[in-house]
Amino acid sequence: MIIEGEDGNSVCLVGDFMEIYFDHAATTVVSEQAVKRVWEVMEKDYGNPSSLHQKGLEAEAYLKKSRESIAKALKVLPQEVYFTSGGTESNNLSLIGLARAKKRQGKHIVVSSIEHASVIQAAKYLENEGFNVSYLPVSSKGMVEIDTLQAALTKDTILVSIMHVNNELGSIQNIKKLCACVKTFHSQIVFHTDAVQSFGKIEIFPKLWGIDILSLSGHKLGAPKGVGVIFIREGVRLVPLIYGGGHEQGLRSGTENVPGIAGLWGAVEEVFSDFDGRYKKVLDLKQYAMECLKEIEKVVIHSDLKDYSPYVLNISCIGVRSEVLLHALAEKGIYVSAASACSSHGKKGNTVLQNIKLPQKEIDSAIRLSFSIGNTKEEVDYFTQQCKAILLKLRRFQ
Amino acid sequence: MDEQAFLIKYSEIGLKGKNRYLFENALVAQIKKAVRPIGKFTVEKESGRIYVRALGEFIIDELILALQKVFGISGICPMLQIENQGEEQLKESIFSYLENRYSNIEHTFKVFTKRADKSYPKTSMQISADLGEAILKRFPQWKVDVHKPEISLTIEIRKKINIFSKEIAGPGGMPVGSSGKAMLLLSGGIDSPVAGYRIAKRGVVLEAVYFHSPPYTSERAKQKVIDLAKILSQYAGEVLLHVIPFTDIQLYIYEQCPHDELTILMRRYMMRIAQELAEESQAFGLITGESIGQVASQTMQSLIATNAVCTLPVYRPLIGMDKQEIIDLALKIGTYDTSILPYEDCCTIFVAKHPVTKPKLVAIEYSEQKLQEKIESLLQEAIEKREVLKISR
Repeated sequence: MIIEGEDGNSVCLVGDFMEIYFDHAATTVVSEQAVKRVWEVMEKDYGNPSSLHQKGLEAEAYLKKSRESIAKALKVLPQEVYFTSGGTESNNLSLIGLARAKKRQGKHIVVSSIEHASVIQAAKYLENEGFNVSYLPVSSKGMVEIDTLQAALTKDTILVSIMHVNNELGSIQNIKKLCACVKTFHSQIVFHTDAVQSFGKIEIFPKLWGIDILSLSGHKLGAPKGVGVIFIREGVRLVPLIYGGGHEQGLRSGTENVPGIAGLWGAVEEVFSDFDGRYKKVLDLKQYAMECLKEIEKVVIHSDLKDYSPYVLNISCIGVRSEVLLHALAEKGIYVSAASACSSHGKKGNTVLQNIKLPQKEIDSAIRLSFSIGNTKEEVDYFTQQCKAILLKLRRFQ
Repeated sequence: MDEQAFLIKYSEIGLKGKNRYLFENALVAQIKKAVRPIGKFTVEKESGRIYVRALGEFIIDELILALQKVFGISGICPMLQIENQGEEQLKESIFSYLENRYSNIEHTFKVFTKRADKSYPKTSMQISADLGEAILKRFPQWKVDVHKPEISLTIEIRKKINIFSKEIAGPGGMPVGSSGKAMLLLSGGIDSPVAGYRIAKRGVVLEAVYFHSPPYTSERAKQKVIDLAKILSQYAGEVLLHVIPFTDIQLYIYEQCPHDELTILMRRYMMRIAQELAEESQAFGLITGESIGQVASQTMQSLIATNAVCTLPVYRPLIGMDKQEIIDLALKIGTYDTSILPYEDCCTIFVAKHPVTKPKLVAIEYSEQKLQEKIESLLQEAIEKREVLKISR
């Protein structure tokens, strides 16, 4: 019997146990370099970048450096990089801002059906404002096919939004090809891509590929939460969502989140100092994990090596509900994500997995592992061993 | 203008004869606890009355809300309390009291006087008549209505004089701590917190037991139950919450017994555990949120089956209530929004497609024999490994 304090705040905790974080696509640890920069800003260079004095100037330098580092990584111009509060704001601004700017040219928008909620819900909102939205179906592998895209385009289309890497499956869209297809149909159609799950992990060069607008989030690659980026190709106009002092070239008013932006700079520096090495190491880890999982009976892998991000591994452990497996793993210190949030009250499965038409029993038992450079093969071994034991026990009760 | 003093009315305690002082003391203690976070107050018992007086600044709405959570209070009267300095002074005080609270437009009113201090020179009737006349003179547009007045001004003449014209309803019931203790079977649902509230209202101290089944139920489901206990503790005072690890028992039943009897069997073991905890804590009964026919395990036949394992009385305050009535009460006491959070509790996992609705006690007892080998040790283990949380507001 353990007596705990008020509010149920645990007084004593289990001693030694391994803690393994396989949920880096949800958010990841803030990188060392990022922490250092955030600290500097908070402690020393705390000025408002808009202030005319020395303190303001010092703070402004962080914005400049950060902007330049991102521009360099994307191979775009610094003035095409704008800071926001995160991926959701960037996606909202992309869709709503562009639709409002081009409403006289057309009223049709195309998005894929497996976009993140911040794109789907923004599109739904635009339907209320009088726009027509086509939601593109995807193949059983989670890919938008060129023919499907082509068939959806009309003379009235002003915007196409297709994500680079899907957050749940890890499927990588051939953005270069999709973008070319759109531009061939009509060069005035704006192409947006949500690169939240790919930036810093898989190569993406918006300007070289013809992308007009691109969304990024800081906390997926080692910056703190609350900072994001939108790239807008020079010449493309968006109507702002937030008005005020005219920060970020008037696109996004509000005193800049200097600590967050400085952190993003640190994170980007760290990630891009060894981009290829990191990619290879994580790919190797995923390959290893897939090998290990083959040892376990009735595990279905949804994100293969080819055409899927090495950072995401979506699997179904048939016979055990996602949420139950997630909690059982968490008891062993292993953190993953339940791709499907269904309960016995209302069977409401995950839409991405429904979209690729997985059998219901695979949807009900899907979990997502997502890796980072910090994860090791020993951790994968421990995971496999624990998962095996849990499945052996829980599969008896179906 | 905000009042500095409040007259607390209580009804049922008044009926308790020679034990009355015990109930009053319990009520004073509960009021003191309730007002402590709001500001500095004195709470005093004075010849069959309880007064709350402010000693500093406070927000009146917060105080009223806090008092409305104290069982035993039937009404709260914000009042003006003055020294007895003669009739002229009394009139002036009443005029300013009325001016500060009511507009000068047409109102109907009546004056009601209670004279406890019999040394006061006039009778109650005389005082009422004289004050009424004075008010009519001062507010020429007002009219007297003795049957349905808008303003019913009460003047109580005691050592001091109390003036009030408004009574805010309290929750009723009896002060917590004046009855005894009972063990509430608390799930994360809508019903059980309401059942706890209803019994606590009769002055009963609550302990609660929650059955946790990881990994089938999440930490969030447990937190939800802690949050519900916390809301209950606003009314019932400190609640001791026992969290029983229940997975092994559930899985054992699942393996050994017919699946359509799972829920009934599970509930019988929950009752057994709750009863053992109750006896250990010297509680006089169990409380459940059952309501006849609401689900398969709450048919009258099912209740026979679950009730059969209990020797302590099982209090089922919601037994005759409709779901909507229970929901309305959950909304009123503030547990509803927490109850409907979508986390699984242990009653919703492993639910058979067609559970028995008319179980035969013999059949259920027969099924339980299949559990003989391990069930006693599993029950003891669950009780031993329980977590006990002190939940207070």
